Amino acid sequence: MTDTPDTTATPDTPDVPDTTVDEQATMSVADERRRLHDIWVSGTEERLPFAGATNEGAQELLPRDQDPALDLQRGIAVEDDFIDPIEAIDEERQIINIGPQHPSTHGVLRLQVELEGETVRRVKPIIGYLHTGMEKTAETLTYAQGSTNVTRMDYLSPFHNELAFSLTVEQLLGIDVPPRADAIRVLMTELNRVASHLLSSATMGMDIGALSMMIYGWREREVCLDFFEKTTGLRMNHNYIRPGGVAADLPDGWEDDIVHLIKAVNDGVDEYEELLNENPIFLDRTIGVGVLTPEECKQFGISGPLARASGIDFDLRKVMPYCGIEKYEFDIPLGLHGDANDRYHVRIEEIRESLKIAGQVLETIPSGDYRTPDPKVTPPPRKRIDESMEALIHHFKLFTSGIEVPPGTAYQSVEGPRGEIGCHMVSKGGTKPWRMHWRAPSFAAVQALPTMMSDALVADLIASLASTDPVLGDVDR
Amino acid sequence: MTDETMPPETTEEELEAAVVPERPDVASIADLLESFPEAAFSVHEYASSDVVYHMVSVPVADWVAITQAAFDAGFDTFVDLTAIDHFAEAPRFEVAVNIISMTEVERLIITTRVPYDDPTVPTLTGVFAGANFYEREAYDLLGVVFVGHPDLTRILLPDDWVGHPLRKDYDIGAIPVEFKAGSADL
Repeated sequence: MTDTPDTTATPDTPDVPDTTVDEQATMSVADERRRLHDIWVSGTEERLPFAGATNEGAQELLPRDQDPALDLQRGIAVEDDFIDPIEAIDEERQIINIGPQHPSTHGVLRLQVELEGETVRRVKPIIGYLHTGMEKTAETLTYAQGSTNVTRMDYLSPFHNELAFSLTVEQLLGIDVPPRADAIRVLMTELNRVASHLLSSATMGMDIGALSMMIYGWREREVCLDFFEKTTGLRMNHNYIRPGGVAADLPDGWEDDIVHLIKAVNDGVDEYEELLNENPIFLDRTIGVGVLTPEECKQFGISGPLARASGIDFDLRKVMPYCGIEKYEFDIPLGLHGDANDRYHVRIEEIRESLKIAGQVLETIPSGDYRTPDPKVTPPPRKRIDESMEALIHHFKLFTSGIEVPPGTAYQSVEGPRGEIGCHMVSKGGTKPWRMHWRAPSFAAVQALPTMMSDALVADLIASLASTDPVLGDVDR
Repeated sequence: MTDETMPPETTEEELEAAVVPERPDVASIADLLESFPEAAFSVHEYASSDVVYHMVSVPVADWVAITQAAFDAGFDTFVDLTAIDHFAEAPRFEVAVNIISMTEVERLIITTRVPYDDPTVPTLTGVFAGANFYEREAYDLLGVVFVGHPDLTRILLPDDWVGHPLRKDYDIGAIPVEFKAGSADL
């Protein structure tokens, strides 16, 4: 262990601790913990020989000439798009932090920005402020409890998260769900997509100055949330889609609600288009801003509306369908330029397409059970428990130990409102997952932010971020 | 900053090996497996759907080469990279990269195993720029070291965090409960 503290620490390396405070005690505690876990302590102690850690830490913007990672991040590795031709002089360079408490960063995203006058030269997204270790938590929860956990990750698309989790568990179990459960899942996820895109359009409008859009978007989203509340009991974080089916059947009178919802949202979307499509300020703020080329999307793993706005014709609902969504007729709206304006249009069109699917579900939904009849997965109805000893045992086993899942590895993804939501699950038998990794679409999108924002104006940074629509609960998990 | 505070440098040869792998000529998954005879191959079926995805497990020496070959064969879309801690098993850590071919509409998950005492995997940032954050996450949470990564720092946890929480031997912590049964005061 190197006991020599870094006396050459400059003010720009604040993670080197003040060694005057009780060094012996801190060292021994750290040493003890390291002995237990065989780890290294960033900044303070020697590292394992292969650990290529930097003592600058993840939270510093390095000097320009020592910064290979940022070249990668800002897209020099891939083709860049928009360069501000006006060069500023070096004295005007300054580094400012946007966030983590800035309202237009959509949560606790922190952007370290190097400005040259009004031009953004470098961006470094710093994340982790909302990290709550949900993947670790998932290892301590049973499969029945798991959907309560994952629904809180991307809190704007809870149904998609639950669906990805449930489909993965079903893939490991090797079970199919009844057709009615599939139809309910499709209905709820598509309405969730509508709600999420409405909120995204609303906040995008707010961020770039169309404040009335904010009010309108939330107004229509409320109609969707009311339906969610009526169906699941909760406006968000529903825990409704579960392994084996859904938690409850649709409520009485849901058909009328859907008809009302489709009409209300369609009317609202018409209103937005009237408000924004020809609005010169909106056009100026969005056209040519935050461009991502198809190659960049593929490199950074960007999917969903962002990729489709760049012209990538790829939607998991079409190419790797789940829950029988291939039976419904809908189109995939595509953009041409990959800029903020195209993303807005793609989202608005996706709202219409999702409502089309909801209308088809309304007409074609089959009757039947909404949960799989498999007694190893689904608890028996209350009445059966009074009559049958076996039902009582199944009920008891399901609620004390949980669903037994055979060992194996599974990956299942669904098309979420922000792109591919994937669940990579490893089971070693038993009732809890051994490892659950979440493929979060916003995580990939945040990674590409420097590519979108570099060498543009600082006002465009906000528009790029708004059109990216990251959910920080999804990024940090 | 001084030289002694800098991290141990990755050698030029290591970087070379990580970034410029050999490129066999492949056009499909079948070709891919012919070029890499040590790869173990399996096909998985999605739940409630006919669509399948492929899983290939390779030795760590082939890790970058097979990914690059798959990239050349059309698997040009990065999706996901993660690591798994198989605690009691011999090569303890598993690293999995998930890529898509949009033209063939196929998903390929390539995995490799590395042991506990040397959890190093060559980086994929030379093939996919998007592997950057994902490798940082795997390093942060599981302590798998990606050799040649340009900025391997913690990403989700604070810089001064001790340990890698997603390892199975990481102490998840518990508050000890002091039972006072039998105490006369109660």
